[in-house]
Amino acid sequence: MSAHNYLEVKKLNVSFPTEDGLVAATSDLTFSLARGETLAIVGESGSGKSVSSLAIMGLHNRARTNISGEVILNLPTGSLELLSSSEDTVRDLRGKEMAMIFQDPMSSLHPYFSVGAQIAEAWLLHNKGNKSDGLKRAIEMLELVGIPLPVERVHDFPHQFSGGMRQRVMIAMALVNNPSLLIADEPTTALDVTVQAQILKLLRDMQKEFNMAIILITHDLGVVAEFADRVNVMYAGKNVEEAPVHDLYYKPAHPYTLGLLRSIPRVDQIDTHRLQTIPGQPPSLINLPMGCAFAPRCPYKELVPNNLCTTKNPELSNFADNHLTRCHLTHDQIESVR
Amino acid sequence: MNQPVLELKNLKKHFISSNGVFSRNKTTVKAVDGIDLTVNSGETVGLVGESGCGKTTVGRTVLKLYEPTSGSIIFDGEEITNFSPRQMKPVRSKLQMIFQDPYSSLNPRHTIGSIIASSYEIHGIHPEGGVKKAVQNLLDRVGLNPEHINRFPHEFSGGQRQRIGIARALALRPKLIIADEPVSALDVSIQAQVVNLLDDLQKEMGLSYLFIAHDLSVVQHISDRVIVMYLGKIMEEAKTSQLFLNPRHPYTKALLSAVPIPDPEIERNRERIVLSGDLPSPANPPSGCVFSTRCWKATEKCHQIAPPLVEISIGSKVACHFPEGN
Repeated sequence: MSAHNYLEVKKLNVSFPTEDGLVAATSDLTFSLARGETLAIVGESGSGKSVSSLAIMGLHNRARTNISGEVILNLPTGSLELLSSSEDTVRDLRGKEMAMIFQDPMSSLHPYFSVGAQIAEAWLLHNKGNKSDGLKRAIEMLELVGIPLPVERVHDFPHQFSGGMRQRVMIAMALVNNPSLLIADEPTTALDVTVQAQILKLLRDMQKEFNMAIILITHDLGVVAEFADRVNVMYAGKNVEEAPVHDLYYKPAHPYTLGLLRSIPRVDQIDTHRLQTIPGQPPSLINLPMGCAFAPRCPYKELVPNNLCTTKNPELSNFADNHLTRCHLTHDQIESVR
Repeated sequence: MNQPVLELKNLKKHFISSNGVFSRNKTTVKAVDGIDLTVNSGETVGLVGESGCGKTTVGRTVLKLYEPTSGSIIFDGEEITNFSPRQMKPVRSKLQMIFQDPYSSLNPRHTIGSIIASSYEIHGIHPEGGVKKAVQNLLDRVGLNPEHINRFPHEFSGGQRQRIGIARALALRPKLIIADEPVSALDVSIQAQVVNLLDDLQKEMGLSYLFIAHDLSVVQHISDRVIVMYLGKIMEEAKTSQLFLNPRHPYTKALLSAVPIPDPEIERNRERIVLSGDLPSPANPPSGCVFSTRCWKATEKCHQIAPPLVEISIGSKVACHFPEGN
């Protein structure tokens, strides 16, 4: 994509040395994102989606993580590469330019402080003002995210809120400084579906209001279909496919995406046939297989000559306009197996 | 075929909690408040609802892990409501459970062989060909390598652990398995494998399932009949196709419309009902219809009189004064 991109991630590699060996959590991750746009990162547990977002936010443990690549924020004042910036620089940006919300709103809020104090703290870190200005700002935010009676509830503690309301508080806290980038890591996974619908609607409204870029990390392909503009599918630490949301669902180009889409039942269709499955299970990130990490589970690897799939790692390449895939199959082969 | 394996009649389970050591006030949480439910032989009944609706309590009360407050539980033609733990022991060999979390439901210090074999030990059963042979057959049946009998739970992935849990439940050849969120902790690609395994085992062994879940798309796939619960009460009960294609209760309709469909074109163009508010506290349920506080059709009648669950067409029951469609 072009220069109007707000965030550019280039060849991001994140790995952790452990007793059992080097865990390659994310390798060779490249994507970019404009303001007002939503990119979904989809993958199963251990596919590297959360690790990548923590690295973008600078929340990884610098002493215990090997990290390389570039994370570039294009700010009005000029471009800034985050991985090589000092911790102080990143800390100034975090909470102001970029913010994050997590899956479990109970464990991400401090149980000993009122929600108002916690939202005010996030504001006071980046703005000049006293406590009562902070509280005033907290009330405005609570009202914006749809908490009834914000003037009274600003003094309540996290345990006095339901799960959905707590997630609203988290969103209020994340947005208090009007950030340009919001990373939402499984924001609705812990919530019931009726509450999930409310929170997704809120996020969409907030995106319009603040013209934010959103990275939505999720495993739920239904949520992606509803919410995302573009999708990045990850498997075993690599992005195996990136496409606009329509192309990904109607013209998937990677056998893993194809398998995922076929294996989920739907509420709008009654099916009585067996579910299609992807055989086997994801590989260990310590002992990644030779060649393509998906090859051991891929039903189409025989179509590629010379055992290429089990010997050579495919590069991310153009499948169509704005549509990338990491697969040795030719364009025609993919169309024929789809 | 249509012999009931399990019948619940007006089952209630109320939890009483005191508001502090010195307080005389007691709060009653009506987790399950008078439900009727039948599971026939060879049938899968899906029990769905949001967290706090009482679906897990139903499963646990049937197994008598909780003492029912009132009502009756008839399993395999026998009234087990007031059975003592000693009387329950032989019943439990026919009535097994699969749990949600494959990490905490297997003892980390026991090999999977001894975890599965303990079912035989506890019930004093000597399977043909010996316990080891029987366990290996079970492992093979659920898609695990029989040679891994001496491994420990931590050596397996989440999906494999859930298969171990299934093997354990199958060991005594039960009639009914209560599966409480058996696939919700699993990744999408693994979920489909376990759902298919449950399907195959049912055909092979004539099992019945009470499938408790919040994920409506999985319930749609696996169930013959579906029961929707809200705040301890049944809102609607119908054949799967009926319930999903033509929901009659407003709550069912709202629940279905809230589940995102993995198809951008359909998802972005469909009518969506976003319910306001949260589930009320089961300790302080609304008067009249329990759904009335969030229902867009609620009238004064709904706030005052609780609608009974009535049959509105064959096999289809709904508890609503103003049901949807027809």
